[in-house]
Amino acid sequence: MPKRTDIKKILLIGSGPIVIGQACEFDYSGTQACKALREEGYEIVLVNSNPATIMTDPETAPHTYIEPLSVEFVTKIIAQERPDAILPTLGGQTGLNLAVELFEKGVLKQYGVEMLGANYEVIKKAEDRKQFKQACLSIGLDLPKSSFAYSLEEARKVVQEIGFPCIIRSSFTLGGTGGSIVYGREEFDAKAKRGIESSMISEILIEESIEGWKEFELEVMRDKKDNVVIVCSIENLDPMGVHTGDSITVAPAQTLTDREYQMMRDQSLKLIREIGVETGGSNIQFAVHPKNGRMVVIEMNPRVSRSSALASKATGFPIAKFAAKLAVGYSLDEIQNDITRETPASFEPTIDYCVIKIPRFTFEKFPEAKDVLGVQMKSVGETMAIGRTFKEALQKGLRGLEIHHIGLDNKMDYRIVDDEKMMQRLREPNASRIFYIKYALQKGMSIDDLVEVTRIDKWFLAQMKQIVDFERLLLEEFAKTGKLSEASLRKAKEWGFSDPQLAEIMNVSESDVRELRKQMGIVATFKLVDTCAAEFEAYTPYFYSTYETEDEAIIQNEKTSRLKGGAKRSKIMILGGGPNRIGQGIEFDYCCCHAAFSLKERGYETIMVNSNPETVSTDYDTSDRLYFEPLTFEDVMNILDVEQPDGVIVQFGGQTPLNLARRLHQAGAPIIGTSVDSIDIAENRERFSVLMNELNIAQPANGTASSVQETVEAASKVGYPVVVRPSYVLGGRAMRIVYDEESLMGFVDEVADVSRGHPILIDKFIEDAMEVDVDAICDGSKVFVAGIMEHIENAGIHSGDSACVLPPPTLSEDMIAEIKDSTKRIALALKVIGLLNIQFAIKGEKVFVLEVNPRASRTVPFVSKAIGIPLAKMAARIMAGEKLSGFKLPDVDHLPQFAVKECVLPFTRFMGVDIILGPEMKSTGEVMGLAPSFGAAYAKSQIAAGQALPLKGSVFISVNENDKRAIPFMAKRLQDFGFKIFATKGTAKVLRSAGVVATVVDKTGEGENNILSLIERSEIQLIINTPSGKKSQSDMRQIRAAAIMHNIPCITTVQGASAAVHGIESMLKEGFTVESLQSYYSRTKSA
Amino acid sequence: MKKAVLFLEDGTSFYGTSLNTYGESAGEVVFNTALSGYQEVLTDPSYAGQIVVMTYPLIGNYGVNEEDVESDKIHVKGFVVKEFCRTYSNFRANKSIIEYLDAGKIMGMEGVDTRALTRHLRLSGAMKGLISTEDFDPKSLKAKLAKVPSMDGADWVKEVAPRKAYVWKAAGERKYKVVVMDCGIKRNILREMALLGIESHVVPPSTSSADILSMKPDGIFLSSGPGDPAAVTYVIETVRALIGKLPIFGICLGNQMIGLALGGKTYKLKFGHHGANHPVKDLENNRISITSQNHGFCVDLNSLDQDEVEAIHINLNDRSVEGLRHRKYPLFSVQYHPEASPGPNDAKYLFGKFIEMIEKHRR
Repeated sequence: MPKRTDIKKILLIGSGPIVIGQACEFDYSGTQACKALREEGYEIVLVNSNPATIMTDPETAPHTYIEPLSVEFVTKIIAQERPDAILPTLGGQTGLNLAVELFEKGVLKQYGVEMLGANYEVIKKAEDRKQFKQACLSIGLDLPKSSFAYSLEEARKVVQEIGFPCIIRSSFTLGGTGGSIVYGREEFDAKAKRGIESSMISEILIEESIEGWKEFELEVMRDKKDNVVIVCSIENLDPMGVHTGDSITVAPAQTLTDREYQMMRDQSLKLIREIGVETGGSNIQFAVHPKNGRMVVIEMNPRVSRSSALASKATGFPIAKFAAKLAVGYSLDEIQNDITRETPASFEPTIDYCVIKIPRFTFEKFPEAKDVLGVQMKSVGETMAIGRTFKEALQKGLRGLEIHHIGLDNKMDYRIVDDEKMMQRLREPNASRIFYIKYALQKGMSIDDLVEVTRIDKWFLAQMKQIVDFERLLLEEFAKTGKLSEASLRKAKEWGFSDPQLAEIMNVSESDVRELRKQMGIVATFKLVDTCAAEFEAYTPYFYSTYETEDEAIIQNEKTSRLKGGAKRSKIMILGGGPNRIGQGIEFDYCCCHAAFSLKERGYETIMVNSNPETVSTDYDTSDRLYFEPLTFEDVMNILDVEQPDGVIVQFGGQTPLNLARRLHQAGAPIIGTSVDSIDIAENRERFSVLMNELNIAQPANGTASSVQETVEAASKVGYPVVVRPSYVLGGRAMRIVYDEESLMGFVDEVADVSRGHPILIDKFIEDAMEVDVDAICDGSKVFVAGIMEHIENAGIHSGDSACVLPPPTLSEDMIAEIKDSTKRIALALKVIGLLNIQFAIKGEKVFVLEVNPRASRTVPFVSKAIGIPLAKMAARIMAGEKLSGFKLPDVDHLPQFAVKECVLPFTRFMGVDIILGPEMKSTGEVMGLAPSFGAAYAKSQIAAGQALPLKGSVFISVNENDKRAIPFMAKRLQDFGFKIFATKGTAKVLRSAGVVATVVDKTGEGENNILSLIERSEIQLIINTPSGKKSQSDMRQIRAAAIMHNIPCITTVQGASAAVHGIESMLKEGFTVESLQSYYSRTKSA
Repeated sequence: MKKAVLFLEDGTSFYGTSLNTYGESAGEVVFNTALSGYQEVLTDPSYAGQIVVMTYPLIGNYGVNEEDVESDKIHVKGFVVKEFCRTYSNFRANKSIIEYLDAGKIMGMEGVDTRALTRHLRLSGAMKGLISTEDFDPKSLKAKLAKVPSMDGADWVKEVAPRKAYVWKAAGERKYKVVVMDCGIKRNILREMALLGIESHVVPPSTSSADILSMKPDGIFLSSGPGDPAAVTYVIETVRALIGKLPIFGICLGNQMIGLALGGKTYKLKFGHHGANHPVKDLENNRISITSQNHGFCVDLNSLDQDEVEAIHINLNDRSVEGLRHRKYPLFSVQYHPEASPGPNDAKYLFGKFIEMIEKHRR
């Protein structure tokens, strides 16, 4: 069937901000879909609120809307663009839910928009648990016993039949929100209630617990001709009971015989047909009883998912790309497999390696949250590793996780692990269980006992035991002979032992191990990921390392140079950011992709190194060569040895590659861009202070320390309050504001631990200061200040967690000039080649520099989208030797639009966590609001972040002394708009004298008449509270917690309040307009 | 466990470690790309005379069991993998693959860069090889290998075929009686036919056409089997005599026999098709099946009279012929394995098609 010609314009919905359960895998799938559909000549309209995505690059689609993902906004876009069809299956659950809403509200019908891939009925049938159950039963599939409930009473009745333990899942949510295991009656009511509340349709399913069963997943694709293929099978190491996003998973399935696998395959085929997914990818989860093999269906996603991204990366089969092509009418046999070029897509990939995915958690950021895993997803990222054996893949994955483990290592000596704690860590699934399994094996626990306690399949445990036993042999051999034989070393490398692990065993340095094994000829070899286990020739250079006899990277390199007639292109290697985590996410992957795109365009051969399967950077199309490898010194050096690139870029992947920079440089890697020495000046507080003094740029008083004692001394010298933090970390890890020595003592050990030998930094905290972020590019002699972002929250909240706006609405021209001047002088003094980010604090008329980062920052994609210039692309070219004078630059001082960035926080995932924002970053993602006025841009950003400003109701106002002059005007405006005003005593007095009617309430304390109980009773719709001092901070904490729990916007600065008032006004008076990036940019002047 | 070498006809050596059967074993080296189903592969008689390399590196994960066997013994000459699994896990398993291979005195070899070996076979073609734990001298290995007969022209059917006839009962009520010419059949073919009510009267391949017809079956099934089809002239003769008399369905070797009996030729594929993921299009209904494959030879369509015979199945990877149909007679055959085992069940419908053909012929 050829492609459809009756549709021309297709709307694609992205998945919005990165949240737990929905990460950049949907940027990967959406971008692939855009590319595929444009190749076929369709006109794409794209909407997503997340600026840090490749899909929202103005080059990806001709009509790009960075607008809130709500029915209201998408309806406007549809009215404006009049697409013929909508592809709802590539934007995660958000995209799917939005498409469903658009259908239900009649928007699609009104504008004649057809749903491609999966229509409304299909989505309903797959997503609605009742219909799904019915569908499964009708085709003879087995399911866990279950029943629905819509109220607590009903739920209680149902559970009597099903019994405990049972699982409560709510219909129509993201990533398992509201789902939980219930062991007994005493916890049942609360969990059932929460489930009903978090369901879009107030529905929960109470289900027989199949906790402890083996869990599997199949990725299925279907075309219009009813051809169905299975792309990949995945087996979870963690059994049922742990959300699949939080499980360690392995591809392909390891412990199914062919007969059982085919049964699962047959059921998947039946199910996708019965549900009626017309075209595209779906994933289906199964559970298998470990003792009797009973196989039940768990769920199905009628769309591209997290696991389809994983399956694509694990096999080389681009699911999203093909799903897009199938949606417009092609059949699988009409699509070519890019990798082999000669075989069609209507086949099932086969692989000749083992793939493992390990989730990355950030419990350290939420110390009060219990590190226990369940059916609600908590991980924020993942790493994938490929090896020829499970053992190799597991160890590569663990070191690729970047949590300071060097494999299945001995970070803790098992002899000091407490037995009781160990048993508890084995029994309750948690982030570090895999290491406790190792300790247990080292202590001599049997596999059968471990199966009993962990319910992890024997196969996985036995594989781990092989690693443990072999490590013991290595230790014995070394103890006996004082060395390791070549055979032992080779086997160790084949089983994934890293050089640092071997260094520990041999009591030598990592470089000694490397030297030794190279002498013995034990070097990494690279193999291709080719979808076909070498049955056909592969053309796509996608590699992983292993220890074998043949190196295909070398073969491919020779082939490439032969094809090019021996002409050698300059090679540039880009180091990615590894697994997503809070503080280092999609923004950095975006930068890495841009580097690859622009350098490829300029004729360089680009080499990408990364280990994150969710990303666009690990799409084999992004760079010329892709190495799917952990970002450790050893693994990167192995690639350097084979590729011998002319340049290595370390400044785009966040802190990960930056932390490797010094050692790579010392080992002779040709790092391009800002020198390693300049990076050090920026990070080394003493050297940095000297430089700032030379430049005569003010810095808050500061000191450094290398011990607890020195930290305390430095803090008292600088004077409280102080900001304390470790150096060489990103996302404000272990960073805190402390007001006195007592609180410092309670915290300093953690900082010292996170510092890992690097100095601890102590800065005077400037209270009530405004914070400004600057992104700039420098070519060594010229500086382009691309964006000055005014934070809406005061300094003291991590820049990643605060909203900001560009251009800065309240900064004076003088102030802007001073900031630009300082930025330029710092950039030139540091001899920056490439990107630079500086954070300033402004107190009164004085500007202080807080931090300088000579690398790509989190705000690069935001600024790029706001000003219409791809900064990372430019920076990459400058790093490769081009000059700023060669680029056409926009007039960033006179932009036709305001851009507001707002963050999205994961607190609802971590129950019981104290909800405060501070210098340690906690947000997972961001959205952007774009509009011609600041107010409208701000209002849009709030809607996009899921915190829409109210148009009516009551406002609570409590401001500090400094802000009392500014607030009456805003309160008056709100009152004019019809809001009722509540205020604390002092604030109310000021308001009344300005003619505002304000009801007095207490901030905290007992009784009905305080703000917390008003929030509790949903009587407040907006909070304006500007705090100061320590006491106020802690009151604020409670108010903010209540606000977040009840989803009430809470504004903490007058600037923010003013923004909100503008926003509300623009919503009331003008409503919103939507405009594409391309249209905005057409009005941007050049400099 | 000893050091072992896999020495290939072209002089290339791959090293690894043996299991507990020592000595030497030679055969044609082929690779199989299926991710699961090693027990079925080992017991498939079509692999007689071959050393099988599994491309999936971890073999033995789910052990072996009593049920997933395609014949009464292991037929491969050698089994080469990256890593054999020591501790298996599956609710049906009763022993490890190592115990299984050792018990069958089959030379297993692990620690081999099987991807390099597979690439080598893809580029140079399937060839003879010899596994040895005794001799590592290329010269003497080469001499030994020279004495091993080539797969071309080799009749392996006589090695695996039954000596006596036997009956495989229908699963329920007997609806059809089919004579099965067993050239090395996979049991799952008999199981699948039994499920549809077929009682299989399995006969040795040397059985004459007259004897077969005298059994008065409803149809005839030509089984899969090992070796070069052109070498099994006695079966070809028998098939030629049966064509047109009764409905005939053939699988794999059966398909080749039909091609040859109809006057066509077969040719050797460079490295064959061995796996469970090949797309095959049924030109009669335009359906694509993901199929189980295991063949080194292929029917040359151009050698056949296309007014009489047509290709009805095409491999979408290399466009090779995967199935034939006679334009006049009740006869069709496929080169691949609709009985799966191992592999997808997509093409099981072909057994139903055989029944339809029988029904039609009865009327």
